Amino acid sequence: MSTYLLCLVLFCIGLYGLLRKRNLVKIIVGLAIMGYSVNLFFVLLGYRLHGRAPIDAPDQVIENMVDPLPQAVVLTSIVIGLGVMALLISLAIRIYEKHGTLDITKIRKLKG
Amino acid sequence: MENNKSGMTLFVKTSSRLVAVLGLIFGMHIILHGHLAPGGGFAGGVIIALSFVLLILAFGKDAALSKLSLKLASNLENVGALLFLIIGLLGFSGGAFFLNVLVKGSPFRLFSAGTIPLNNVVIGLKVGVGLFVIFLTLVILEKSKKEQ
Amino acid sequence: MLKANIIPLFVIIPLLSAFLISLLGKYLKRQFIYVFSNISCFLLLYFSFYGLNMLRSCGSNIFVYKIGGWAPPFGICLVFDGLAGFMLVIVNLIAFIVNIYSLNYIEKYTDKPKFFTLVFLMLTGMNGLIVTGDLFNLYIFLEVASLSSYALVAFGTDSEDLEASFKYAIMGSLASIFVFLGIAILYGFTSTLNMADMAMIIAEKTGSRIIPFVSVLFIVGFGTKAALMPVHAWLPDAHPAAPASISAMLSGVLIKTLGIYALARILFNVIGISSAISSILVFLGALSLSVAVLLAFAQTDLKRLLAYSSISQVGYIILGIGLATPLGILGALFHLFNHSAIKSLLFLNAGAIDYAAGTRDLREMSGLKEKMPVTANTSLAASLSVAGIPPFAGFFSKLIIIFACIEKGYIGYAFIAVIGSILTLATFMKMQKLAFFGKLNEKYNYLKEVPLAMKLSMVVLAVICVCGGLLLLPRWNFFLSDAANVLLEGSHYAVKVFEAVK
Repeated sequence: MSTYLLCLVLFCIGLYGLLRKRNLVKIIVGLAIMGYSVNLFFVLLGYRLHGRAPIDAPDQVIENMVDPLPQAVVLTSIVIGLGVMALLISLAIRIYEKHGTLDITKIRKLKG
Repeated sequence: MENNKSGMTLFVKTSSRLVAVLGLIFGMHIILHGHLAPGGGFAGGVIIALSFVLLILAFGKDAALSKLSLKLASNLENVGALLFLIIGLLGFSGGAFFLNVLVKGSPFRLFSAGTIPLNNVVIGLKVGVGLFVIFLTLVILEKSKKEQ
Repeated sequence: MLKANIIPLFVIIPLLSAFLISLLGKYLKRQFIYVFSNISCFLLLYFSFYGLNMLRSCGSNIFVYKIGGWAPPFGICLVFDGLAGFMLVIVNLIAFIVNIYSLNYIEKYTDKPKFFTLVFLMLTGMNGLIVTGDLFNLYIFLEVASLSSYALVAFGTDSEDLEASFKYAIMGSLASIFVFLGIAILYGFTSTLNMADMAMIIAEKTGSRIIPFVSVLFIVGFGTKAALMPVHAWLPDAHPAAPASISAMLSGVLIKTLGIYALARILFNVIGISSAISSILVFLGALSLSVAVLLAFAQTDLKRLLAYSSISQVGYIILGIGLATPLGILGALFHLFNHSAIKSLLFLNAGAIDYAAGTRDLREMSGLKEKMPVTANTSLAASLSVAGIPPFAGFFSKLIIIFACIEKGYIGYAFIAVIGSILTLATFMKMQKLAFFGKLNEKYNYLKEVPLAMKLSMVVLAVICVCGGLLLLPRWNFFLSDAANVLLEGSHYAVKVFEAVK
């Protein structure tokens, strides 16, 4: 249970960064932390007490393995997260090019 | 060594060249054993891309670009994606999309599991080149910012 | 099982087109890319009609395709039923028309192969999200469509485009994180990711507190993608910033597929809708339809006005779906269809004005009707339809939603819907008056009507706007009622999927 609470703490740290920080890069980092906390939560869901890695080998008894499906799913989710991060970082670089600053309060042209 | 002006010191260049070769081989190992052990196309592709990134960091952007141009890299990425789709389409010959049509072989051998190793190789190509392209694009963006 | 073989084509064709254009686009002539993209869009449209027709003729009202021959719940399956067919027809119809429009419009942008690659990737995401029968694939296709739409919003690379895209990407990724958290919790609860299997397990385990929590997570996540009122802030920036043909696709189909379709499919068919969740949806719908139309009225930028109006019309659809009565869902789906055609047409009109006169500011344009008759008349048809003037399609769908409110006893919400409709009329009268009527601004004397391809696509959409009401006739009625029935039968969806697999 305490591990799930730690996921929640991590989620809240990410949310704090997302909402409170003014630097574009710090906002992106906050978003990344939130995404990884959810990934961590999903992997932990598949854990069982004293479980082993779900790898099949020739002379191995298949018992007490952790759930492999969340691991496959989270790997895919990390790949998607990578794509989003790359896009966001490149947007931030282009915004820096145009405005010469990363402070979100100074570059706001659009309203509401 | 061929371009002493750009990049870091000789120590970094020499050692990173060694590490990059090892990383390349290790990435290929991970990709080829994707159906037997942990890892696979994505993990191996990331390792391969990182060994290229290491070379860029040590030797500078231009040295890396002389080996693999951005255009060729993005073409290779598209080819990887298309090949993956074609392997999926091959399944239609057996009746279903992504059906494993090839001979499965016996388990725990390198040449087994039908189309899965092929998929791993193609994904490794796509991810390796793709990450390399992402890194290069960001580097070029950064560069153009400094010149302004 | 052979008949289900067309289902993976909805993902294969756009994916293949995207990578082929990206690979070969640099070496080929422009015209070849246009022809190629139009052919593959036409094929998609043809297959959606073909699938819908097959669904009618073959008696069973669901097709299930097993990817790689692995049967659900262990394998991934694709499901084509009345609702999926309905959405596929809308998405591919709008995509086809927008593609024709892009032939001339996209001239002013550089790097056309990348544009078409992104459009086809977005189409892959939307089509895949519609046909998938697996909750995790739904998340993947959601992200594929969202990622390409973030990139398309920033396609112009002006500083406003970049800022709008950044805002959109941050809010969209946050929404995706909420959706993913919901999926994770549902997996922990049911130990499966297949939607049909999950629906069966949830129907057995009643009285859990997890289900309302997950429903709220999905409402927050998909609600952000659909731009419901408290979390709408990205839409009025992102939709105007994109190129006009992309705005038409974003406003016309993307927010409906990613937001409304996914939310309705999960809430109705997988986890089951409770009365509390239903009243939350009705409240959010009424809030967005009433507040957003007031904001729309105050705008002077044409595309921003249309974007706010989109939020308001999405409010109508969510209101109808939230009622969860047969009449409400029918009205909501009908309004979804109408609004796709109407809002795409209005954004294409805005693009045509931008193409010819180079402005989006309503205060600068005046009397354009004289110089651009086709644009003005099609825009008038769309405006009257969205405002709900009787012979047009928009009137009937709004009327059905209002009747559904009264039928359920929500007189207050019915009243809000009527007021919202009147305010929409006022907004679009203002828009028409400023843009097309009155005296021609002298600096626009040189204006010419837009090229043929743009005119053609606008006229086709205008015909759909005017004749959409015919869908209520008994002969064509199946298009809507089949889709509504899928939502109404709730978790019986699971039984049908497993029967179809056997």
